[in-house]
Amino acid sequence: MASHTQGGAERRPQDARQEEPGDGGPGAGDAGAAGGSAQARQQAEELDGLLDEIDSVLESNAEEFVRGFVQKGGQ
Amino acid sequence: MDRRVVGVETEFGLAHRGGERRGLPPEETARYLFRPVLDWGRSSNVFIPNGSRLYLDVGSHPEYATAECDRLTDLIASDRAGELIMHDLALRAEQAMAADGYAGTLYLLKNNIDSQGNSYGSHENYLIPRTTHFRRLSTILLPFLVTRQLLAGAGRIVPAADGRGAHWAFSQRADHMWEGISSATTRARPIINTRDEPHADAGVHRRLHVIVGDSNMSETTQLLRFGSTDLVLRMIEAGVPLGDFELEDPIAAIRTISHDLTGTATVPTRDGRRVTAVDVQSALLDRSRRFVAEHGAHHEHVDAVLELWERTLQAVSSGDHTLIEADIDWAIKKRTVEDVAARGGLPLDAPRLTQVDMAYHDVHPERGLFRMLERRGRATRLVDDDAVRRATVDPPATTRASLRGRFLSTARAFGVEHQVDWVQHKLVERPLEALMLKDPLAVEEPRLESLLDKLGDRAAGLQELDIEQRAAQPGPLALSERYRVRDAPPSDPPLI
Repeated sequence: MASHTQGGAERRPQDARQEEPGDGGPGAGDAGAAGGSAQARQQAEELDGLLDEIDSVLESNAEEFVRGFVQKGGQ
Repeated sequence: MDRRVVGVETEFGLAHRGGERRGLPPEETARYLFRPVLDWGRSSNVFIPNGSRLYLDVGSHPEYATAECDRLTDLIASDRAGELIMHDLALRAEQAMAADGYAGTLYLLKNNIDSQGNSYGSHENYLIPRTTHFRRLSTILLPFLVTRQLLAGAGRIVPAADGRGAHWAFSQRADHMWEGISSATTRARPIINTRDEPHADAGVHRRLHVIVGDSNMSETTQLLRFGSTDLVLRMIEAGVPLGDFELEDPIAAIRTISHDLTGTATVPTRDGRRVTAVDVQSALLDRSRRFVAEHGAHHEHVDAVLELWERTLQAVSSGDHTLIEADIDWAIKKRTVEDVAARGGLPLDAPRLTQVDMAYHDVHPERGLFRMLERRGRATRLVDDDAVRRATVDPPATTRASLRGRFLSTARAFGVEHQVDWVQHKLVERPLEALMLKDPLAVEEPRLESLLDKLGDRAAGLQELDIEQRAAQPGPLALSERYRVRDAPPSDPPLI
């Protein structure tokens, strides 16, 4: 689990680099719009990466996990 | 006082999940968790080399009380060290349980509520002058603490009940407070507990014991929580007029405020007005700004505290929570829950989202969601990993904790029976020379040194180990031995 998590975190900067404008992606003629959409795409990919990582660490049966977390009261 | 001694005690929730089989119940899990502690100190209630206290509290909650700190970043590092220490113990307990046929996963959550509504706490201790008028203190401090959840709440998805659907609340603890001020703890939890154990000269100091707070994951939230409380205390101690926000019913108010993320709900004051939480906090922020302008900043983080305080109130009153989405626990958590909900098309009462709420507080450095957000730059950091790791073994350098740490580590190195608590330093074989150190800011104490010198030649006989040498010891890092007895040099054969 730990190695998966760290792998996910390390992959991120490379993904980001591929999204820089000027790589000849769609809309490269309009630098402003390309920059904006590249940034938005980068953010979307980062969010996807985060949500995938969250999925990978949470137990699949959420309801059982939540119900099973019962403590005695403390102070 | 320019240097205030502050400490925080955290009760952790724990659960063992057995996979195919049911996991072990909390009592037995806690016993496994504390087995290395028991082996180390022959008790499940010990002071450890970093000057902090580790114990099993009411309801089998593992608890960690930071050493006394007088610098906010030390306090944050020490509190966070508690999470690392618990994680280390959890990994060992998992292995021990597996070896006994109870394979599974152990979860330690630094939160304040379970799925049945049982609550456990995060208790703050502030040293205040004995001369502070307690009635005046509580008149000002109660409204501050009732509304402080806007700044320092850990956030919670409240399940549907009593005709109201699932919704967000600022605080995990607000629904579990029953009195403004009292000496109770579990029976009827008060916001301020009057148990006055200053662990210092009781003629000069008293302890302010605040048990209303949520456990925080975010370091910036901690900075604001302790930093703003300290500023309000300073103004009370200085006798500054702070307006009158005494609430008609603090307990009704704390719940109303917690369940209204718009910050617009009003609560009645004793003198018949209605105020919002933002009103109360804005007034105190304003006074704090003036106070700091007149008296100067008393530590290096005062400006950061004031800036974050203002930004947080802005975020609540404008509804633009993105202003604090990397800095304040409830907003950091809410953003993440909303992202998970958006991808899965989940309603707020989906169990998956409550699971995310809980997992935010998981102390496991890879699995815990707060740590994951931090790694991905979605939460602001103030202390680095190295400082936190060091705080698991080194006491804060500027308080009495440094003396306690040296005393107990030295006694252990020489293999001498000893007893320590917040003030007491005793070698069992020399009971008459026991020392009560009542100044929590003392970092030098000649009587302590001469007592330790009686154990042997420390300079020649003991080698202080660095953190890597300590990490190489078999037990938990926090319980590692700080000193090694040097091998005795070959001595000449005795003359006959």
